[in-house]
Amino acid sequence: MASAKEEILQRIRNAKLPATPETVRGYNRTGEGGVELFAERVADYRAIVHAVNDVPEALQRLQGKRIVAPQDVPPEWLIDGVTWLHEPLTIEELDQADGVLTGCAVAIADTGTIVLDGGEAQGRRALTLLPDYHLCVVRADQIAASVPEALQRLEPTRPLTFISGPSATSDIELNRVEGVHGPRALEVLIVT
Amino acid sequence: MARNPVTWLGSPTFPKAAKAALNDTQLRQNLRKATGTIRGRRAAAVAEMTDWEMLRVAGEQIKDDVLARLDTLLLQLEESVTARGGVVHWARDAEEANRIVLDLCRAENAQEVVKVKSMATAEIGLNEALEAGGVHAIETDLAELIVQLGDDRPSHILVPAIHRNRSEIREIFQRRMGVEVSDEPADLAEAARVYLREKFLTTKVAISGANFAVADTGSIVVLESEGNGRMCLTLPDTLITVMGIEKLVPTWQDLEVFLQLLPRSSTAERMNPYTSVWTGVTPGDGPQKFHLVLIDNGRTATLEDSVGRQALRCIRCSACLNVCPVYERTGGQSYGSVYPGPIGAILTPQLVGDMHDPLAASLPYASSLCGACFEVCPVRIDIPSVLTHLRAEVVEAKGRTAESVAMAAAAWMFASASRYEKAQKAGSLARFLAKDGKITSLPWPGSKWTSSRDVPAPPAESFRTWWRKNRG
Amino acid sequence: MRVRVALFATCLTDTFFPSTARAVVRLLERLGCSVEFPLDQTCCGQMHFNTGYREHSKPLARKYTEVFSGYDYVVAPSGSCAGMVREIHPTLGESPPRTFELAEFLVDVLGVTDVGAWFPHRVTYHPTCHSLRMLGVGDKPMALLRAVKGLDLVELPDSTQCCGFGGTFAVKNAETSTAMLADKMRCVLDTGAEVLSAGDNSCLMHIGGGLSRLRAGVRPVHLAEILASTEEDPWRATP
Repeated sequence: MASAKEEILQRIRNAKLPATPETVRGYNRTGEGGVELFAERVADYRAIVHAVNDVPEALQRLQGKRIVAPQDVPPEWLIDGVTWLHEPLTIEELDQADGVLTGCAVAIADTGTIVLDGGEAQGRRALTLLPDYHLCVVRADQIAASVPEALQRLEPTRPLTFISGPSATSDIELNRVEGVHGPRALEVLIVT
Repeated sequence: MARNPVTWLGSPTFPKAAKAALNDTQLRQNLRKATGTIRGRRAAAVAEMTDWEMLRVAGEQIKDDVLARLDTLLLQLEESVTARGGVVHWARDAEEANRIVLDLCRAENAQEVVKVKSMATAEIGLNEALEAGGVHAIETDLAELIVQLGDDRPSHILVPAIHRNRSEIREIFQRRMGVEVSDEPADLAEAARVYLREKFLTTKVAISGANFAVADTGSIVVLESEGNGRMCLTLPDTLITVMGIEKLVPTWQDLEVFLQLLPRSSTAERMNPYTSVWTGVTPGDGPQKFHLVLIDNGRTATLEDSVGRQALRCIRCSACLNVCPVYERTGGQSYGSVYPGPIGAILTPQLVGDMHDPLAASLPYASSLCGACFEVCPVRIDIPSVLTHLRAEVVEAKGRTAESVAMAAAAWMFASASRYEKAQKAGSLARFLAKDGKITSLPWPGSKWTSSRDVPAPPAESFRTWWRKNRG
Repeated sequence: MRVRVALFATCLTDTFFPSTARAVVRLLERLGCSVEFPLDQTCCGQMHFNTGYREHSKPLARKYTEVFSGYDYVVAPSGSCAGMVREIHPTLGESPPRTFELAEFLVDVLGVTDVGAWFPHRVTYHPTCHSLRMLGVGDKPMALLRAVKGLDLVELPDSTQCCGFGGTFAVKNAETSTAMLADKMRCVLDTGAEVLSAGDNSCLMHIGGGLSRLRAGVRPVHLAEILASTEEDPWRATP
């Protein structure tokens, strides 16, 4: 008897579909948006957005809190007066932290999205998931105008998380409510 | 062969189920409110895009390309997933897929698994199969949880509990979670957060679906809103993803089209809160065991139909449900399947693959052919054309019926202008039955019309009679 | 040169609503067209095709091509029949002659929006699904109505929603169809219009049949009859 795999592939071949013409990509692959549009669109999701020049100064808002930070955040971000939690961290420790501070890989102006890829200053995925507050630092040069431009900058085989605002649901009467399982507060610092 | 669980055992035909649903005034109100809200929001989200039509065309073409090269792309996907430490399984039907997943759970000694909302697993009846095998599946999407705790059936692709309003949800939560909660959506969301938190932190096996799988990189993509997806995709040791074989895109670049089409069509957002992408296993981050189960379950049979196969382009956004005037009034459960609405009316009968099945045969007729679904479909599935195509299959399967005899007679009459004119003249005698120029009651099947509408009495002379007299 | 037009009356209008077809003749002749009515015409086959009797619709599509070939333009007072001819007949192997729904013929081919009509009534307009989505007629009927002297045009709420007719759908899924009809009638009544107009007698028969049952006092009048009405020769209700 043929394996499921062989049988499915054979059935597909039996259907004998004709080849299709090449895809017409007539849509916009680039965009105009930058810092301003990104800030506006992140704020539309009811995230808190600040444009800042001096990151350590802006981080003063974390005073007195227990904040998770990946090992490789820039050393000047680790200001005094904050209890910094570094890996290795258990799920329980992450769950009990007040928040998490990270950078990002790419951001998207058109959609107000931040993308994490586990690279520099981001850590593994659980770090930005369990704490209820996520503070993300975005450099102006990390902002891509459009979705196509952002995808081009990303390495698909890394674990990616696209974040557009705090966690939310539309499951009750199809209206959006912020705050379910993911961080209920998202704050974004745009470094200009 | 076992029956395909895509339709629910014992469900009546669409007209019968719809009749019952139409009497449920609460349901009518809930649906009108929810679909009305989302329709307006989707229109606004789409109006913002100057290149929307070009994105739709690209979406259609990419998916058609996937179907045309499906065998090659599936093998490519298998190779890339395997190269990154994942294990790929193939399942011909629901039964085979369920057995694979159950065996994987047993191998991990799992008595409980957490689940991310997935149409594929709902289609194959996975939860029931796991339960029978001693594994309890916990739905973590808010709407799925409402359905699960309410011992209910889903009624919408995106929001399976759309038929429930906030006060009904509150009642279900209070009864099943044993907590006091208000009917404020934010409080209800908080209750779900508290209820599921511990499960997320301790469960070792998760099951998900997939919105897209990228053939050339082996990356799997899941779009969600609440973060329950991220929990399931990140925290457990083992992840089992079940997906239909048509959910592929050829390349990473192709996602740029669908990440724009899907959120706006589905939840009417520029982007959904969370999209997760993973490729096999990443050391030190997320589940260290990854299984991908590819299911056919009627898809290859659908692929053989040159008109019907476009249903396989579907990306499960549910925009067609939200604009459908039939769905808005009957709700999703009337369709007797996890796939309701216009897309369900063309997908379900094809997956069942038997037009002698009374429910499947009734679904292509569950539409007035108004075309609103085609207008919003992000991958341009011409649902009205597929509906009439499937109706022809139903007619063929049914053979000789009272209707087919009447239709043949009408076709014979219309084939000749003189026969047609004679019939017109005979019909005009009916005006003597009419009062005040209208007929208010006809025998069956005309009674189906006159139960709620009058019929105009035929005029004294037809237009052609007038033309002959005055212009001929 | 006078535009030579063949009128495709459609079986429903020919049989049940002759005043609409007479209005099309009067209107097009007033606008300088020469109108012919080939007597061999019957039905476009839409009912058969849409109900699943594709094979029966083929000879009817064939007949349509034979009857109307040789005319510059065919005009039908029905968006759904024109849609059947234009969008479906080619899938049945036909190359039908150029066929237009009345409003698009007036605006696109003759290039007029003011047809010199007079109709002193409060009117609301249901755009009908096939005119809207199959043919893309858009707001051409509204432009024509706005130019009618004396006419008070009121917008129909949720106008693009289907009235629930759908051919045999109205019988096969009678309860659902009636629920859709009820909402459409509520919208019509909310406008306070005396006249409900549309470009398709099938939808008008459906909504009109419901309004008649309610004795709602709103009269269905086809767009052609409004546009044909003038001060010299005003529209009269057919008895």
